[in-house]
Amino acid sequence: MSVFEELRSTRKSAATGKRENKAAFWFLLPWLLGLLLITAGPMIASLVLSFTNYNLLQAPSFIGGHNYVRMFQDPRLLNSLRVTFTYVFVSVPIQLVVALVAAIVLDKGMRALPFYRSVFYLPSLLGSSVAVAILWRQVFGQSGLFNQLLGKVGFHDLPGWISDPHWALGTIILLNVWTFGAPMIIFLAGLRQIPTMYYEAAAIDGAGRWTQLWKVTLPLLSPIFFFNVLLQLIGAFQSFTQAFIVSGGTGGPSDSTMFYSLYLYQQGFAQFNMGYASAMAWLLFIIIAALSGVTFLTSKYWVFYDN
Amino acid sequence: MTTERIHLATVRSKPWLSRVTLWRAARGILKHVVMLAFVVLMLYPLVWMVVSSLRPNNEIFTNAGIIPDHFQWSNYTNGWVALTTPFGRYLINSAVIVIGAILGNLFACTLAAYAFARLEFRFKRVAFTIMLLTIMLPFQVTLVPQYIMFSWVHLLNTVWPLILPKILGTDSFFIFLMVQFIRGIPKELDEAARIDGCGHPRIFLRVIVPLMTPALATTTIFTFIWMWNEFFAPIVYLTQPQNFTVQLALGQFIDSQTGGNWGQLFAMSVVSLIPIFLGFVIGQRFLIRGIATTGIK
Repeated sequence: MSVFEELRSTRKSAATGKRENKAAFWFLLPWLLGLLLITAGPMIASLVLSFTNYNLLQAPSFIGGHNYVRMFQDPRLLNSLRVTFTYVFVSVPIQLVVALVAAIVLDKGMRALPFYRSVFYLPSLLGSSVAVAILWRQVFGQSGLFNQLLGKVGFHDLPGWISDPHWALGTIILLNVWTFGAPMIIFLAGLRQIPTMYYEAAAIDGAGRWTQLWKVTLPLLSPIFFFNVLLQLIGAFQSFTQAFIVSGGTGGPSDSTMFYSLYLYQQGFAQFNMGYASAMAWLLFIIIAALSGVTFLTSKYWVFYDN
Repeated sequence: MTTERIHLATVRSKPWLSRVTLWRAARGILKHVVMLAFVVLMLYPLVWMVVSSLRPNNEIFTNAGIIPDHFQWSNYTNGWVALTTPFGRYLINSAVIVIGAILGNLFACTLAAYAFARLEFRFKRVAFTIMLLTIMLPFQVTLVPQYIMFSWVHLLNTVWPLILPKILGTDSFFIFLMVQFIRGIPKELDEAARIDGCGHPRIFLRVIVPLMTPALATTTIFTFIWMWNEFFAPIVYLTQPQNFTVQLALGQFIDSQTGGNWGQLFAMSVVSLIPIFLGFVIGQRFLIRGIATTGIK
């Protein structure tokens, strides 16, 4: 059961048993400290800081909503939002569709399935590493591997994909699609939970494979799809490493790979505009929360629950 | 479409029957051809990087092949010492952080998971919901104040900002994974231990923990891979080269090589991927089971 389903159905704790408050307190102590010191405290602090001007050296000065106003007048920030939204809304759907198709193909009916699954899963473990970003930088460079291979089949005068503002973001989107293995494994686990009797029943009613796919598999898989959407959406909004390495930390060429997280990093930890960076972090939080909320609210129209 | 094996069996037993079945067998083979093409497509860049890490620099930009032709091991020996500090130091730095994070996660997450899975207490629903919600919290929201906090207590450029959050159970994913796992352990075992006079600490240590080794393995392997690859937090907290992790060192390698010593850069990139690859080979079972049971990334 996924995190999300758990949230949907957080059970009322059976109040029948006796309370074990004291033992629970000790078992939860590290987590409670973490919640206070590492999560909740800093969250509140960053909300407060977002209304200040703070550079670590002088005491924070209260400037009201100025940081928030400034954000909407900051062309680089608006651009970074555009870049990030483009990245999220192009790469996540493609990645998930590829993952879904791969899972359906690799579910059954073939030899060597574990081998294919492993191979397709591997990139999702390596995808967030600096090494792979370095590889991407070379592969999609002016005289990189990709252009060399295209040259062999007769394409010449190709752009340097990562140095061309029109294409740079595309290479990072491709990198994210390449890591479709993780959602694929989640889909595979979901497919395995669909009872075979549904397919048998559908077959008796004369449904062919295609109809079974649309009428049985996909509806029953929709909760998993929903979960994957949420997970990938949240992850993609926070993407940082790949854009950082591919662009050498600049978000270039001409800010075309300036992801929101990268700009936040530059503001907070290169220029030490801690107040502004906090405001940016809260805007990111609000965006992610709002999109998750919308996904949740619309889910009743397209997610099918079997219970 | 029962399985292709059955079709093949039919082909063998009744060869005269089988235009259709032969066609299906051929389709099975075709499927493998397509799959293998995808395998090549997915892995080609990686294999090419490994092969290229043994090539001279000028070859890297002219040779798209993946058949090893050069064995220029000097890329590795020179790359190892190309930065101010030998690469071994970065590997050790990364290893320390990874091991600390693993121990931290195993410690805090097992304890919290036991409470959520087995104990009844006030505010349990609220606490559990909060725990689940923190899984979705973007870590940027807490980053700036955390940074300020760690700078107040003079812990920048140490491993603590990276390890302490794990010791305090902020990787809620793993708490959730373990809660799921513990719920699958029969409660009768707890009861039996209780009748024998065990309190919660003992039930936890003697009954639950030994039975949840698969969940511990999953946590270990994921923490290992995620922390090894981690880049954002280290780049914020570690600014002195001798404290760099492998990922930061590679990042610096690019900056220092504007002209591009790609052979050495690739060689060290390969070195940085070897631990993950080994983790994948050894822990694959737990990785896949872990994802499958909780849907973690």
